[in-house]
Amino acid sequence: MTDLPLVIELTILVLAAFLGFEVIAKVPTMLHTPLMSGANFIHGIVIVGAIIVLGTADDAFTKVVGFVALVLATANVVGGWFVTDRMLGMFKRRPEPKREEPRK
Amino acid sequence: MISDPDVVAILYLVTIACFVVSLKFLASPRHARKGNWIGGLGMLFAIGTTLLLEGLENWLLIVLALVIGSVVGLIGARSVRMTAMPQMVAIFNGVGGGAAALVALSEWHNTADPFREETVSIVLSALIGSISFAGSVVAFAKLQELISGRPIVFAGQNLVNIAVLGGGAALGAAAVAGLEEQWVLYLLISLALFFGVMFVLPIGGADMPVVISLLNAFTGLAASATGFVLDSTVLIVSGMLVGAAGTLLTLLMAKAMNRSVANVLFGAFGQVQAGTSAVRADDGRTVRATSPDDVAVQLSFARKVIVAPGYGMAVAQAQHDVRQLADVLEERGVDVKYAIHPVAGRMPGHMNVLLAEANVPYTQLHEMDEINPDFPQTDVVLVIGANDVTNPAARSDPGSPIYGMPILDVDKAASIVVLKRSMSPGFAGIDNELYLDAKTTMLFGDAKDSVLKLISAVKNS
Repeated sequence: MTDLPLVIELTILVLAAFLGFEVIAKVPTMLHTPLMSGANFIHGIVIVGAIIVLGTADDAFTKVVGFVALVLATANVVGGWFVTDRMLGMFKRRPEPKREEPRK
Repeated sequence: MISDPDVVAILYLVTIACFVVSLKFLASPRHARKGNWIGGLGMLFAIGTTLLLEGLENWLLIVLALVIGSVVGLIGARSVRMTAMPQMVAIFNGVGGGAAALVALSEWHNTADPFREETVSIVLSALIGSISFAGSVVAFAKLQELISGRPIVFAGQNLVNIAVLGGGAALGAAAVAGLEEQWVLYLLISLALFFGVMFVLPIGGADMPVVISLLNAFTGLAASATGFVLDSTVLIVSGMLVGAAGTLLTLLMAKAMNRSVANVLFGAFGQVQAGTSAVRADDGRTVRATSPDDVAVQLSFARKVIVAPGYGMAVAQAQHDVRQLADVLEERGVDVKYAIHPVAGRMPGHMNVLLAEANVPYTQLHEMDEINPDFPQTDVVLVIGANDVTNPAARSDPGSPIYGMPILDVDKAASIVVLKRSMSPGFAGIDNELYLDAKTTMLFGDAKDSVLKLISAVKNS
């Protein structure tokens, strides 16, 4: 990976925090549960770290640790995404536009 | 194979953009699902890029881990019931935190002479990730009712916690100062795991929304710290986005209960209340019980009805029947809305998901601040399985433990019907003044059963 200076990484971190607050403050209360499971899915990005650890492991200890980490991270990614999708699919507007029919 | 670090960084940048866009799409329920797909594509992109990095080995293990993890995740996501969503989120928090801690552990194991800044991030990643893992497992066990949802407390608990956390911090400082032994991190992780268990155990079921949000933030921060270990901007940014989301939700939930986060974490709510509520003087007012037929008449001749659902409704699995009742009423020209308190349910926004699953259109779901002005013009409020969030004592009685908590102003409606199993107090263990109000009638019985009776009574009236 690119070797960035610590100051740059910290700058990115702080800016990401502000960006996160701005974007997430606009999520309506109604969607807070999908927001949480969506955030769950996003922190599954540690899968990147787990792949690197397991892919570069050359002793048994690291292989075991990396393997467990990758299983956990994959479950996190896959489960988090599908459960969020399933939930968001449930949010529907009024299905029968009965009352609006005369307007057609 | 990708070997140019700039190319790798740009590819990961695509993922970062996808994640931000996916969160942005969550601003409206119309586009939210599309947003999730964009986030999913971003994740696939990151995984693809990582798999193409130069010098990776152990392909058999990688594929095996990916397959096992996918199967487990898929089965979990498909089979979980919407009432169990808090447990699901808790376990995914734990799993993510655990993965972050393990990545830190292997980096510690394999880096012969780490830079100081690298040690700092390894320590933080291991510490936060382990706390999140152990805390989430306990939260899961509590929500799943494998262990008691009531606060578990003992004398000197906070002292033990401070000692454990202090020990962990001291070890971390020692590691950064140059004590680069393997056992340092093992011990640090053990202490963090112990602390994670200890800090969730004393927290009562009603406070779970705050805890889950907080653990969510922890896991995000652990992922971010892992990003510093691996010099990976995609991890730093994504982890921080989750950290921001979790922090924001934690503060919102605490505010909705009118308590500070510190009070939730160290106050052991629910313990204190049992005593204070019992001494409440009986001033001679009594509750009035009613029958389904009477309520049906009330509802049929109402113009505006608001349903105030609580977790009790979900426990009784009555949400589908409540929607049917609303349908029947709407056919008769009654205007039906739902009033959702921010802490209705066991996690932020939980009640909305439960009602959405029962096919209630989201245009009928209204947040507390939005619907509170409507109550004075409302003919009937149906309180189903909600208690503390409707208690007027929160407005009027400075002695009440929930004083100052924002509530649904159901008592301002022309009449209130409370569907309740019995007169037992709510989750916080406090008496509800609402039940003694002259405008209130009580319909005792199982929520599902009562609602079914109401449906047939309304149809016949």
